[in-house]
Amino acid sequence: MRVIHMEKTAQLKEFLKDLFSSQRLAVLATQSKKQPYGNLIAFMATNDLKHLLFATTRATRKYDNISKNPRIAMVVDNRSNQEADFHQAAAVTATGVVKEMVGPQKRRFQKLYLSKHPYLKEFVSSPTCALLGMDVETYYVVRQFQNVVELHIKK
Amino acid sequence: MSLIIPLEEIEEKDREQIGGKAFSLAMLSRVGMNIPEALCVKAEAYHQFITCVGLRERILLEINRKNFKEMRWEEMWDAALRIRNMFLQTPIPSEIAKELQSPIEDTFKDKAVVVRSSAPGEDSSQASFAGLHESYVNVQGTEAILEHVRLVWASLWSDAALLYRQELGLEIEKSAMAVLIQEIVNGERSGVAFGKNPNDGSQAVIEAVYGLNSGLVDGTVEPDRWILDRQTGRILSHRPARRENWVRPSTDGTHFETLPTDLSEKTPLTDDEIGRIFNHVLNAEEHFGAPQDVEWTFREDNLFILQSRPITTISSGTSEDKRPWYLSLRRSFENLKALRQKIERELIPAMVEEAERLSHKDFTALSDIQLADEIARRMDIHGRWVAIYWSDFIPFAHGMRLFGQFYNDTVKPEDPYEFMDLLGRGQLKSLERNQKLEEMASMIRKNPSLTPRLKKFETIEDEDFKRKLDEFIQQFGDLSCSIGEQTECLQGPEGILKILLKMTAHAPAKKRWSSHRLDDLTSRFLSRFKEKEEKFAAELLDLGRTSYRLRDDDNIYLGRIEREVVVTIEEGRRRIEKRCRMKLEGVDPAEIIKALRNSNYVPKKRSSTEPMKLSSELKARQIIGQPAGPGIAKGKARVILSPSDLFRFESGEILVCDAIEPNMTFIVPLSSGIVERRGGMLIHGAIIAREYGLPCVTGVPEATTQIHTGDLVTVDGFLGIVIIG
Repeated sequence: MRVIHMEKTAQLKEFLKDLFSSQRLAVLATQSKKQPYGNLIAFMATNDLKHLLFATTRATRKYDNISKNPRIAMVVDNRSNQEADFHQAAAVTATGVVKEMVGPQKRRFQKLYLSKHPYLKEFVSSPTCALLGMDVETYYVVRQFQNVVELHIKK
Repeated sequence: MSLIIPLEEIEEKDREQIGGKAFSLAMLSRVGMNIPEALCVKAEAYHQFITCVGLRERILLEINRKNFKEMRWEEMWDAALRIRNMFLQTPIPSEIAKELQSPIEDTFKDKAVVVRSSAPGEDSSQASFAGLHESYVNVQGTEAILEHVRLVWASLWSDAALLYRQELGLEIEKSAMAVLIQEIVNGERSGVAFGKNPNDGSQAVIEAVYGLNSGLVDGTVEPDRWILDRQTGRILSHRPARRENWVRPSTDGTHFETLPTDLSEKTPLTDDEIGRIFNHVLNAEEHFGAPQDVEWTFREDNLFILQSRPITTISSGTSEDKRPWYLSLRRSFENLKALRQKIERELIPAMVEEAERLSHKDFTALSDIQLADEIARRMDIHGRWVAIYWSDFIPFAHGMRLFGQFYNDTVKPEDPYEFMDLLGRGQLKSLERNQKLEEMASMIRKNPSLTPRLKKFETIEDEDFKRKLDEFIQQFGDLSCSIGEQTECLQGPEGILKILLKMTAHAPAKKRWSSHRLDDLTSRFLSRFKEKEEKFAAELLDLGRTSYRLRDDDNIYLGRIEREVVVTIEEGRRRIEKRCRMKLEGVDPAEIIKALRNSNYVPKKRSSTEPMKLSSELKARQIIGQPAGPGIAKGKARVILSPSDLFRFESGEILVCDAIEPNMTFIVPLSSGIVERRGGMLIHGAIIAREYGLPCVTGVPEATTQIHTGDLVTVDGFLGIVIIG
């Protein structure tokens, strides 16, 4: 049983990696004073699925929200805006805590982030832009309309 | 698909990949014309390059920052400069480079080449891009050739090419570029030939210069010109040139030199040679089925055809061909040197003299009718100078750009505006004026007993201070006049005193650069070059600096003339106000003139144009403009809608305006950031912001209506965005 379970986990992780590399944009959810707030952002997942990276300038509302409450959620999906999405599309909600990258870690992750989004070079290189990394705690994976599994990421 | 093809292997099916220029040459070579050996880098190589390195979307993000139609020509410069730098900063990935390297090496070895654009669709008779893209003469070695291939690719995104494609309604996003690499033929005599004179269909035209063709094409070398009968080839007329200069190949590119006297006295072509060129042009026309515009060169007695393209039909009627104007966006070094002489030796002295002459004329003793005539005369004079400003001063700003391009090509900095650091020398007229204000503010700081009297605008007894204030007003006026939409002036020194009091409350604003740092940057830049090249680099830097300085100074000089117009209008306004016993704010000068000429006339007020405001439901949160001064600042906005707003300016506020007019720069040191509707990095306001190291965003549409005085705003001068709230 345990072997089967491990196989399933590995398969799910492969599925997530494929999904994350096929999608460029995700929906980010932050909150402030009990008011949730959503944004479309360009994201990148690290290969071990432990982190989801994104960038924003520091004068934005999302950055302000994150500074006050670093607990966030992110949604990535592969919908095509067709009827078939109801049986075909997959959506993943990640929850966890975000922090701003600094120093050597920032340099390493920035390179990684730009390998997926090279057109954001000017944006990400600006001193006013922050590179943020979400430490993912749980992935909620929805497929076949109502099939939901949870993947808990070990620290 | 292979990425590169020799000229002799080109077939009809390759046309879409290689562009009209390369295709025409391949066809002419096939019918036996003498064509220099060439390779063509296909458009596919361009596509693979921009896709592989992520440039495609970076370019599209850049040109879609703003609605293209809302972009001013200066913003186009900037977008084109930034895109060019992306190409300069991005090497060709090894898998693409490998495919290009060996054919280039095998074909040319150490031979020098010309790297030319050949954009697919470029040379159709409906859409001739003649001269809009770049060509590079005398490039040697595979590495250098590949670098210039990148520059030719980048020229697809030059401002002139962008504007032109926009005008023709071509899909900018689908455009691509092939590149022709052609062995250089160091001809002793070169020129162009038009199979059909665009002005007279029965004639053909041949133009010739000594040396290489580039001098003729960019207009720096005047050609001899022959008009021929198209039917018979008979020479109808010959207009000899003043043969003074020629362009010769140099170790790295080309060089503009004085023509030796023995050549300057000799016509570059014999009648027989003119006949040979004409025959080639007719053969090309027969082959392509349309009259051709041909570039040719003679090496000894051998005639080479360098390129051939259909003559563009210049459309008449409603759609005017604006290409000459677009092309005028590029100015050569020689052209700018001549323009500099004109500006420094003739125009500026004349402008200063004009302002001086006007300021000495006493108009208070004039009768009403005489005063009306004087206002009209001064408005005329001002109008004439505004026209000169556009025809000569604005084009001279290209000096900065020319230097910038040279700097970026040779230094390859990551920041495409690094060159601006070498141009600023702190010798701008605006800064001189601000320095004088600072000196007065410092006198007040040292002598606090002056403050209470100044606050009440009472007479100051301190002789030193009085003298400085008088000198200031004499030299720069009372700071508060502007013309155009606003013609009201705050009379007397009240405006200056208000500003001085605000300045005294804070430590003096620091200018950004020490002369030490500039000297350091300059010597580091010049040390890259040797002898002749160093001399050229120094000359170009000097031209760039003059262009930078004049971009500000000309505004101040024009401002002085403006002031002399406004003071007469003010005198007229006072007289009419007294006569009609009414306030005449918001009245056009033309109405004042009318009322002065006719004592029964009551001037009409201008219908007030309330600035468009967004409804209360809609609020701008973040607006995109152009990054024009690096840095970030947060503060309360002060929106300048009339001259009186300038005097309400509080230290530390963000200056939000339509454009920083010359008569406004004195509040810049008080501000912590600048937002301007008028766009561009090389505009007057951006230059002043940079001198003070202030974050600045320009090209913000509706800046003065979307932002309100008192709004909390963040100016992100790195990314060119303004966040409200």
